[in-house]
Amino acid sequence: MEETINKLKIKVPVMADLAAHGKTPEYLFWVGSAGSYDDRAKKISRAFAKLLAHAGVDYAILGTEESDSGEAAKRAGAEFNFQMQAIANIEVFKMYGVKKIVTCDPHDYSILKNEYAQLGAELEVYHHSQFLDKLIAQGKLKISNQYLASKTITFHDPCYLGRGNGVFDEPRNVIRSTGAHMVELKRSKIRSFCCGAGGAQMFKEAEKGKTEVFAARTEDVLEVTPDILCTACPFCMLMLTDGIKYKEKQEQIKVLDIAELLADALQL
Amino acid sequence: MVAQILFSMVLLTAIALFVRNVRRIVNAISMGRPQSINDQPALRWRKMLLVAIGQGKMVKRPISGFLHIIVYVGFLLVNIEMIEIMIDGIFGTHRIFGILGTPYNWLISGFEMLAIFVIVACIIFLVRRNILKVKRFQAVELTTWPRIDANIILLTEIILMSALLIMNAADTIILLRNCGIGVDCYSFLVSSLLLPIFNNLDTNTLIIIERAGWWIHILGVLAFLNYIPYSKHFHIALAFPNVWFSKLQPNAAMPNMPEVTREVEIMMGSRPESDAIENQGVFGAKDIVDLSWKNIMDSFACTECGRCSAVCPANQTGKKLSPRKIMMDTRDRAEELSLFKRLHGADSHDGKSLLGNYITAEEVWACTTCNACVEECPVTINQVSIILALRRYMVMEQSAAPSTINAMLTNIENNGAPWKYAAADRANWTKELYMNEVK
Ligand code: SF4
Ligand code: SF4
Repeated sequence: MEETINKLKIKVPVMADLAAHGKTPEYLFWVGSAGSYDDRAKKISRAFAKLLAHAGVDYAILGTEESDSGEAAKRAGAEFNFQMQAIANIEVFKMYGVKKIVTCDPHDYSILKNEYAQLGAELEVYHHSQFLDKLIAQGKLKISNQYLASKTITFHDPCYLGRGNGVFDEPRNVIRSTGAHMVELKRSKIRSFCCGAGGAQMFKEAEKGKTEVFAARTEDVLEVTPDILCTACPFCMLMLTDGIKYKEKQEQIKVLDIAELLADALQL
Repeated sequence: MVAQILFSMVLLTAIALFVRNVRRIVNAISMGRPQSINDQPALRWRKMLLVAIGQGKMVKRPISGFLHIIVYVGFLLVNIEMIEIMIDGIFGTHRIFGILGTPYNWLISGFEMLAIFVIVACIIFLVRRNILKVKRFQAVELTTWPRIDANIILLTEIILMSALLIMNAADTIILLRNCGIGVDCYSFLVSSLLLPIFNNLDTNTLIIIERAGWWIHILGVLAFLNYIPYSKHFHIALAFPNVWFSKLQPNAAMPNMPEVTREVEIMMGSRPESDAIENQGVFGAKDIVDLSWKNIMDSFACTECGRCSAVCPANQTGKKLSPRKIMMDTRDRAEELSLFKRLHGADSHDGKSLLGNYITAEEVWACTTCNACVEECPVTINQVSIILALRRYMVMEQSAAPSTINAMLTNIENNGAPWKYAAADRANWTKELYMNEVK
């Protein structure tokens, strides 16, 4: 184990402050509403900010100038609401000369990349799994310890990342980079089974049925008895954390975002 | 001569009926809203080659995929023999392509092999549906008619193929008995195995059997041709254009509504008020006529295979939503409304609608937009596109979303977040953030 000597305070850069000094960072870290307000998801944002600081990435957040992406509104069929948000956000991007965006939320990743583009936004959008995979490949995030080597990790593909946008390898690369043993769920990659949060389900009661979607997915997870269940989406995180609690397995199985896993592995 | 005239009349009638049936489906599809789909033609042709002709998605379920390929290839090739049958029927010839000699023998033997494979595959399919009761064929939306439909098709295939083999066997013996007197003899791989059954019959009986086999085969095929447009089996025709016109963007990408962009831009002042369009129709879809023509085509291309519902998280956890049912409802409604319009005029309306009379709000709101159904569909149907159109209608025209969804929308409007948090607190997560400095 490496010796930690110091606690560093991280100051997350904000676009408006940089602009005041005439600076334009290379990346916008789009935090998204979940990552900004939800207590569990905020931990993902914090872990990712640590990784960005550790890797020395030139970035900033919009801070209070960020507004909801309109993703849940779009999926709910509230096209007006969505486009009002999108068009206003695109204006802010233009104002700060934003060209490249990275986000921890696959829903926002997808909507920024696909639907915002239809509204004329010219953006290079990365999900944090792609971004972290790249940083690891560039040697900017080096894991030299065996901290996670004895752990078994499984990965739940978020619908809007995997099947929705074809990103399958990058989150797996990130997990493997920790030296942990990776097992696949029975339903994985393009055939992954939803956690139940997408399509604005997060904001409503589920319809009547035999069971809940998150419970069904949690059963897939229990089958492979991992030490850690990894995901790469704040909504999957909430659903599966509930699922693991519901099955009373929270002592045995930790639910982590890939950013948290990596920050843990680096002991940041 | 009588037989020739009779045959020609039957053939013409069958073709005329078929054309009429197809026109009805085309009419039903064109009830939908216009949507132009013609970008990236090269990619579209490639996708069609891979998915529709190459059955690219069927193989994901190896057993049914493999059997389906046999029936598909068998059906296509055996129908090449239809060309000979038609020529023989019209001109009164007998096995006109027999002049090819040995290659003809090989060709027909090959067809016979396929016929046997098709029969076996159809039997397995029948067993899976009716005896093993494979789960995806037992869902509530598969009411009596869709189940009978599937069985009719499979039985018809078996009868057609058997007629072909029996006809060939009887013919072989007849020819054998006349061999040498200016008649070529052939014997085909599979039907020759049937010879012992027919050997003891006299030639006249055999001629009757051979003719019966011939007529059953050709009449069966023509009847089949006209049954197909009423059945889920129209997918054998529509699968091709349906794949060609399918979405090329990533699964998750949902088209924006340009009419909304226009209004939002006017509201925000980036577009002059004079750009506003009056009477642009409803937002989203309540009925068939509000859907795009492609949505309706999707419904006619649906094979009712249930692959979509078998992977649907809502359906698999016992919710009412079934993407297969969404497609079947859309088709049923399209047929119902187009029939009504044919009888009562193009502007008439029967007062019913897809949303409400067929698909309920409970189904529409259960979807997680996970796109598992879209990914799974062997003929690249987009079920989510219809679900989203219905949601749009409910939200934008009826304000009939679940109350918590309405609350979420209000929050987004008021404070730029789906929850009731102040915009000023958006960056609070950055406070007191420390990191270990690793040496
Ligand atoms: S997108 Fe909707 S209908 Fe399709 S599988 Fe997912 S939940 Fe079911
Ligand atoms: S929509 Fe596609 S997957 Fe679903 S039943 Fe129809 S053909 Fe099968």
